[in-house]
Amino acid sequence: MIIMGEMMSDEIMARRVALELSGDCFVNLGIGMPMLVSNHIGTGKQVMFQAENGILGVGPRAEPGMEDKDLGNAGDEHVTVSAGASFMDSATAFDMIRGGHLDATVLGAFQVSEKGDLANWKLPGRKLGSYGGAMDLAAGARKVIVMMKHVTNDGLPRIVRECSYPLTAKNCVSLIVTDIAVIKVVDDGLELCETAPGWTPAQVQQLTEPPLIVRNVSSWPLSVS
Amino acid sequence: MSKVFESCAEAVADIEDGATVMVGGFTGRGTPSQLLLALREKGPKNLAIVRNDASGGWKNPIDVDILIEAGMVRKVITCFAVFGSPKKVSLLERAAMDGLVEVELVPQGTLAERIRAGGAGIGAFYTPVGVGTEAAAGKEVRVIGGREMILEHALKADFSLIKAHRADTLGNLVYRMSARNFNPIMAMASRTTIAEVENLVDVGGIDPDEVMTPCIFVRRIVPTGKVA
Repeated sequence: MIIMGEMMSDEIMARRVALELSGDCFVNLGIGMPMLVSNHIGTGKQVMFQAENGILGVGPRAEPGMEDKDLGNAGDEHVTVSAGASFMDSATAFDMIRGGHLDATVLGAFQVSEKGDLANWKLPGRKLGSYGGAMDLAAGARKVIVMMKHVTNDGLPRIVRECSYPLTAKNCVSLIVTDIAVIKVVDDGLELCETAPGWTPAQVQQLTEPPLIVRNVSSWPLSVS
Repeated sequence: MSKVFESCAEAVADIEDGATVMVGGFTGRGTPSQLLLALREKGPKNLAIVRNDASGGWKNPIDVDILIEAGMVRKVITCFAVFGSPKKVSLLERAAMDGLVEVELVPQGTLAERIRAGGAGIGAFYTPVGVGTEAAAGKEVRVIGGREMILEHALKADFSLIKAHRADTLGNLVYRMSARNFNPIMAMASRTTIAEVENLVDVGGIDPDEVMTPCIFVRRIVPTGKVA
């Protein structure tokens, strides 16, 4: 048994994802862990968050006592809006998504395959699941960033050769940020770009099913960890 | 004939067994809770429900799951059938496993577009969303502009139950913040649209530039809050 480094916290992963969102972009954050990313956007960046329930310009969560019953994000959290925000109906919100107007989306996942296939809407063996807006986001956003733990609770790889879970979209993921590594989906497979502090490429490979391409691997920027 | 109804009960009185009913809202926001309560009271059976989220579990206690629980629903067209922890079994999933309710799961943007198409007189459209997934099962696939797309058909209903922030007595509607969501498109997609409204004003009380749903799409209005 190889001794592994420590898994990074959700907040640290969120900080690493935030570095991918450069200035002046429109971004949709999936329900759950990806929503943490909004807390880590550096100053001087003009990132505008879209919520698929009809908000362009989602701001921070509402302070207790300041909630508005009509203002919430797609995860049913009370939020605020940023300067320059707008509201729209669901069809228009998805025109933004499907029409290729979003620069990026950050989604959670159960599995990602070596071809960038995404599975995040249903557990195997279940009668039903929830698509929500995930299929639309995966097919429509210009860049799909997956933010997930590297392995399941049982220690099994989530980055796999072929997804065994029902697919959300094929060949859509461009970057995977996990609690131990940053991996890019490239033409010839998955390229390991960064390892989290305390992790070597060999250790990351041990927890990843398909072989990782190792060319230039760096450590996570210090500002993240 | 006035479009203004005194009570939700009167407004839903002709929703009969087997009707297809669209229900606006996303979580509790924009959800016509009073109309849903009145519909449960009236009790028609074998309803087909079109609704963004049908999983229950959000903070809103009055949702379409009250109709499912009452055994009034035979089919649900939705994009959320389970909620929160993916391991939790929702009321809807339980009913589907027991064979009591048929569920058609639709990606959210496709659901919105099918509803808009229904209201706009468009029969069907091609979309890239869902290609290569269970959502494409049994559907025609075509390559358009170099990209695979699947054929999706428009949705229409007998009734739409929607909620608005403000209405005039003709049925011009204004929504507020993220409570707009599915309400304007559902208003267009039914034979009879019934709007639960928080504030009712006289004709002329809404600036024409502010109207979000023009009155042509609205048959009935029930003020549940302030009447100016």
